[in-house]
Amino acid sequence: MSTQAYYVPAQSRWPIMASASLFLIAFGAGTLINALSADTGGGLGLTLLLAGALCMGLILTGWFGHVIDESRQGLYSDQMDRSFRWGMSWFIFSEVMFFSAFFGALFYVRNLSVPWLGGEGEKGVANMLWQGFEATWPLMKTPDMTAYPGPGGLIDPLHLPLVNTLLLLSSSVTVTFAHYRLKQDRRPQVILWLILTIALGSAFLVFQAVEYVEAYHELGLTLHAGIYGATFFILTGFHGMHVTLGTLMLVIILLRVIRGHFEPDHHFGFEAVSWYWHFVDVVWVGLFLFVYLL
Amino acid sequence: MGSLEKSVHSTGHHGPATGITRWLYTTNHKDIGTLYLFFSLTMFFIGGCMALTIRAELFQPGLQLVRPEFFNQMTTSHGLIMVFGAVMPAFVGLANWLIPMMIGAPDMALPRMNNWSFWILPFAFTMMLSTLLMEGGGPNFGWTFYAPLSTTYAPPSVTFFIFAVHMMGISSIMGAINVIATILNMRTPGMKLMDMPLFVWTWLITAFLLIAVMPVLAGVVTMMLMDIHFGTSFFDAAGGGDPVLFQHVFWFFGHPEVYIMILPAFGVVSEIIPTFARKRLFGYTSMVYATASIAILSFIVWAHHMFAVGMPLAGELFFMFTTMLIAVPTGVKVFNWVATMYRGSMTFETPMLFALAFVVLFTIGGFSGLMLAIAPADFQYHDTYFVVAHFHYVLVPGSIFALMAATYFWLPKWTGHMYNESMAKLHFWLSFIGVNITFFPMHFLGLAGMPRRIPDYALQFADFNMVATFGAFLFGFSQLVFVYNIISCIRSGKQATDRVWEGSHGLEWTLPSPPPYHSFTEPPVFTHPYKENDRGV
Repeated sequence: MSTQAYYVPAQSRWPIMASASLFLIAFGAGTLINALSADTGGGLGLTLLLAGALCMGLILTGWFGHVIDESRQGLYSDQMDRSFRWGMSWFIFSEVMFFSAFFGALFYVRNLSVPWLGGEGEKGVANMLWQGFEATWPLMKTPDMTAYPGPGGLIDPLHLPLVNTLLLLSSSVTVTFAHYRLKQDRRPQVILWLILTIALGSAFLVFQAVEYVEAYHELGLTLHAGIYGATFFILTGFHGMHVTLGTLMLVIILLRVIRGHFEPDHHFGFEAVSWYWHFVDVVWVGLFLFVYLL
Repeated sequence: MGSLEKSVHSTGHHGPATGITRWLYTTNHKDIGTLYLFFSLTMFFIGGCMALTIRAELFQPGLQLVRPEFFNQMTTSHGLIMVFGAVMPAFVGLANWLIPMMIGAPDMALPRMNNWSFWILPFAFTMMLSTLLMEGGGPNFGWTFYAPLSTTYAPPSVTFFIFAVHMMGISSIMGAINVIATILNMRTPGMKLMDMPLFVWTWLITAFLLIAVMPVLAGVVTMMLMDIHFGTSFFDAAGGGDPVLFQHVFWFFGHPEVYIMILPAFGVVSEIIPTFARKRLFGYTSMVYATASIAILSFIVWAHHMFAVGMPLAGELFFMFTTMLIAVPTGVKVFNWVATMYRGSMTFETPMLFALAFVVLFTIGGFSGLMLAIAPADFQYHDTYFVVAHFHYVLVPGSIFALMAATYFWLPKWTGHMYNESMAKLHFWLSFIGVNITFFPMHFLGLAGMPRRIPDYALQFADFNMVATFGAFLFGFSQLVFVYNIISCIRSGKQATDRVWEGSHGLEWTLPSPPPYHSFTEPPVFTHPYKENDRGV
């Protein structure tokens, strides 16, 4: 272990400002959502939410900018680098657990509670609630079709989702190529591979949006379409948000590469983003298998 | 990049800033630890006032003080505030103060994020408490917020409750990441994992649990939000969902959560008992493995909270047996604490008194837990005061006594002053007696069938309820002695030595009292506190 002195930053204004912004975001979102549900218009809530989000954006830009400056001034030892690595790894683990909650919910309804409602299995007595309800997966006919009209159709996994799978899988390859070129300090090629990765990620997001529009307008597959729609949208929706964030992070990395940041043997910011991108990719494989295909 | 490189700057010589900015902008582990501890003390009193409101209402049968709706808000807020506002932040405060000093580090690994983890909490709890003033009242569905009480039948303020929980989750996850990065990366050269003080070990494992389950809590409240406002049917069987799904996901978080609140307490007690028994800890290695086993088992026992909900028989049996398995590593720990004391040269300063009370009373709570683990018996105990007695025995004379023990144990190190020992002993005895008068009768109430979370009860429960309320007020008001003692210790008192206790061991006692602003500017020389020096002195 290194005996070099550890860099302890001086006081910082960023964290408390970020806490205040987070409060604005949460309070604004709460007010907005409640107003929308009560149909009373969401003026104040929306303002607070946008103000909070704007402040958070500025703060994170400033905070990360500060960290980048410190890194480029050489204030960070190898030990600090390891702290960042542990930090990012455990953050990704927390994200894995976040998705596990939704996958767990999916497996539970698919394999246990929906069959019980349909009269199968040990708790099949639940069928007395809606007699005649039949358990199928995907659940096209919900127990109470007036409260939750089931989906009229499903996304064909072998069209857009398959294309999206190929897009994301290749983007994992291209980001790795970019990483190899960075290690060899061949910057033009790093930039090229990064641009390609961003393009693949963006194409994925566009197709996902197309798919959502199709689901809502042509298939009647909505949040309100019963448990299949609920699990479908919460899993793909949160995944899509993570792809968006990942793409944004890749864009920032690209800009930094263009500005001449990173060295062949010292580029943790790059690696962290590429780890995140691989994580997003792996989640998609799970989604493709368990939400679309099987 | 040569021109950009500066010599790595020394971290030792900047002291605390002056004024309020010291606390707002701080990146110092001791300042942040202090903030956490005072925050949790404040929350302890707010949650305590709610508890006294509940107990005052239950002093006699019939409704006298509060409306039932408000009673529900009190039980809910009391639970949430004590769990997320008092006990968890207090242990994070201890982690901040102690881990860098115990492993010979200058500070936590990620100091700015450390500040962020703390300062999210006051904002989150402002939002949580503000729900009590909102139209329709605050959360009234119990701290476990089961659907559909928390979805279909919830007051509108539930939205803010959900976002407050999200904020607490973000704070906990960042705090836990920081703890893990510090422990894995910042140990002084020569300190191997199996050389670490047990408090550090228990926190390493606790931090892992936090990172694993706080996101699951975030997931379940997100599903609630979707059900309430966006028309999904996760917890509504009419759309093919299941209200029981809520309970599964919640308790997948909730069970590891209870170990998050007790494992650091195990660590504290494992530091204190060897010190005052003047012996090394018995069975260090088995303590580490027992802690890890408890943590791993905590992921496969969650449905023992749901025996009465209607699970398949195989599920009931599986969760019953795995739950009972937890008694094995817990038994190892209790055995080791007792064996540490065996033939030790014991003295009974206040930290030791609290630690001893912990061992005895936590064990009682563990045994009532074993009774609850028996699925057929649980059908009788479920949702009665027996459950209330059980979890208060593991949380109050368990976690909270360990926190008080830790406060008295390390306060001289933190402040440089000795606390008032006779006042501390008074605090101990009042608390000890108060806790038992409050919670012991609840066992009898529960076995006789008194349901929990109800503001009124049948006449035959009157006597024990009156006794419990008396104990609760005794316990609650004796905490003022605690606060007075802490504040006077911060302001003045006999100068503490560096070692403070005759039997103290570990790197934190090699620093002056109070320690310098940045603990270790250079990595200290490490000697094994547990293994080589038999008497710890």
